[in-house]
Amino acid sequence: MSDLKTQIIAQLNLQDTKPEDIGDDQPLFVEGLGLDSIDALELIVLLQQQYKIKLSNAEDGPRVFKTVRTMAEYITDHQAQHA
Amino acid sequence: MLNNNAPVFIAGTGIISAIGNNVAECLDALENGRAGMGQMRYLHSAHGNRLPVAEVKLGDEELAQLAGLPKIKSRTALLSLVAAKEALATAGIENIKDLRTGFISATSVGGMDKTENFFTEFLSDNSKGKLRDVINHECGSVTELVADALHIKDYITTISTACSSSANAIFLGARLIRNNIVDVVVAGGTDSMTRFTLNGFNTLMIVDEQFCQPFDQNRRGLNLGEGAGYVVLVSDKVAATLKNKPTIILSGYCNANDAYHQTASSPDGIGSYLAMSGALQKAGLKPEDIDYINLHGTGTQNNDIAEGTAIKRLFDPHYPKMSSTKTFTGHTLAASGGIEAVFAVLALQHGIIFPNLRLETPMVDLPFVPERALVKNVEVKHVLSNSFGFGGNCSSLIFSKI
Amino acid sequence: MFEEKEPELPEFLVAIYRHFELQYPKFHKMDNLSKLGWLANEILLQNGFDKEKYKPEDVGIVLSNANASLDTDIKYYETTNTMASPALFVYTLPNIVIGEMAIRHHFKGENAFFIFECFDAGFIEQYVSNMINNNILQCCICGWVDVLDKNYNATLFLIEQEKSANSVNFTKENLTKIHQLQNG
Repeated sequence: MSDLKTQIIAQLNLQDTKPEDIGDDQPLFVEGLGLDSIDALELIVLLQQQYKIKLSNAEDGPRVFKTVRTMAEYITDHQAQHA
Repeated sequence: MLNNNAPVFIAGTGIISAIGNNVAECLDALENGRAGMGQMRYLHSAHGNRLPVAEVKLGDEELAQLAGLPKIKSRTALLSLVAAKEALATAGIENIKDLRTGFISATSVGGMDKTENFFTEFLSDNSKGKLRDVINHECGSVTELVADALHIKDYITTISTACSSSANAIFLGARLIRNNIVDVVVAGGTDSMTRFTLNGFNTLMIVDEQFCQPFDQNRRGLNLGEGAGYVVLVSDKVAATLKNKPTIILSGYCNANDAYHQTASSPDGIGSYLAMSGALQKAGLKPEDIDYINLHGTGTQNNDIAEGTAIKRLFDPHYPKMSSTKTFTGHTLAASGGIEAVFAVLALQHGIIFPNLRLETPMVDLPFVPERALVKNVEVKHVLSNSFGFGGNCSSLIFSKI
Repeated sequence: MFEEKEPELPEFLVAIYRHFELQYPKFHKMDNLSKLGWLANEILLQNGFDKEKYKPEDVGIVLSNANASLDTDIKYYETTNTMASPALFVYTLPNIVIGEMAIRHHFKGENAFFIFECFDAGFIEQYVSNMINNNILQCCICGWVDVLDKNYNATLFLIEQEKSANSVNFTKENLTKIHQLQNG
């Protein structure tokens, strides 16, 4: 999950944030890390570029990108499917 | 001499869009419910089969012929010239050579259509081009090119505030006339379809794969369109000299910033509310005086609820008739304010209100429903036209019959 | 003050941000044009500007430049070959920099962005004076913010009705003089 945090920081230009600042279960949006709708779209790009996972339905976003843990779980599930 | 309440008249209108190459064709399509979206024909894009677009139904060569310019010129400029020429022709100002005339044009893509083709070469071999060559395709040069073709020299400006650009161009025109800087202004905007904008809006996941359904509970996003729309604004002094004395004025206008997010509207639509209420104040009108609102109504989840919430706050319980004509033309970005200004004038001239096509399920959070069918033979005295853009730029115009 | 040839622009912008000890995480997400305009605005307002004097809708922003958003348009276009970046696309409009400045300070007044070949002091003076004199705005931030590749320039003016200790009159000549000073 720490790799994922580093990738999120790089993708979203969160220069003032360190991986250890992001809790595994901390909400990524609004009250948590303060991400917005454009960040959500960038996270979709991240999934596709780094993990070859295509999230075509934007409505899945809030569920998948709730926390770093939900995102990691989604990645593990979908990579397992391909394997 | 400065008179901030002197009437500014609409002496002429010109338009080219997916539903027609001139005002008469567009009016016919509006009255008969013919939308302009369809499968991509002129733009070459990987999304060609998936995303419907509202293209002008002419290739670059035919457009160039209509405009009287070489076809190597940007499509954005060709569209602009066709519509601006029509606007000036319908205004019929015989002594225009003796008058101070301005051209205020809005665009967000500028010559991007040509720039894209340049880049295809440049990226494969970067010795083939210089950045400077691209600059000639930027927003300002499109305006200069068209102004030259129209022989307008006195006042030329390009405005670029995204999707509210041409609404801003129109009220800047009115201000110039009221400040006695010019006598006549051709004001509006132009944008052509480019891969750049299509890809961009597609990555924002707000492009509808079907025909768009603004103000529908199940709306999925917008369809991109292209076109140009201009009005000719004249001072009352010039209006008095015209054979066909104009009867429609730009009575109110206001611009405000939503100050919320780069692209998203605030949930309460504060920018939209400030723009609409400011325009009413400028026109000296009350909300219940408005007979028709031509909505910004893009069909995205975010715009329609923000705009609707602002309308509810301002108009409740006296809702005027409303519709989004983007259900016909698609979202023509920087041209939309100009195109919709012409539609507002048509509504006033003909006493009609255009339908909000494909409206199936009204939005549950709003207490009003836009018109589903054409309304004919109604008294339309005041029309409010909304144009809201990325960057939080919100504009409202009010056109009135005198 | 904002004119530097070395180092590269992105590093220069971050250096300014750190120098003034600004705290605004969203800064790092902006494109070069927005960073430049946003920073210039922070510096413009840091000495003695009292925004409590005004209602949000009484403060406006009017900017101009030569290259619109071309600097970012090019960068965005390059990403479309692999994976188009939504975050970059957002900045492919010049008036987003106005949005960033407005979001930061909750300015909700009239705002506009114009494209000129070079800084047109007469236009800005006329446009902004009209709004101030007609009570459309009580205060306006205006000027020039332009970026293309290695070339950049920002000159911002704060226009208020009340004269303060360091203020000069809002005239075409003064705008031109100050803008030329910037360009050495």
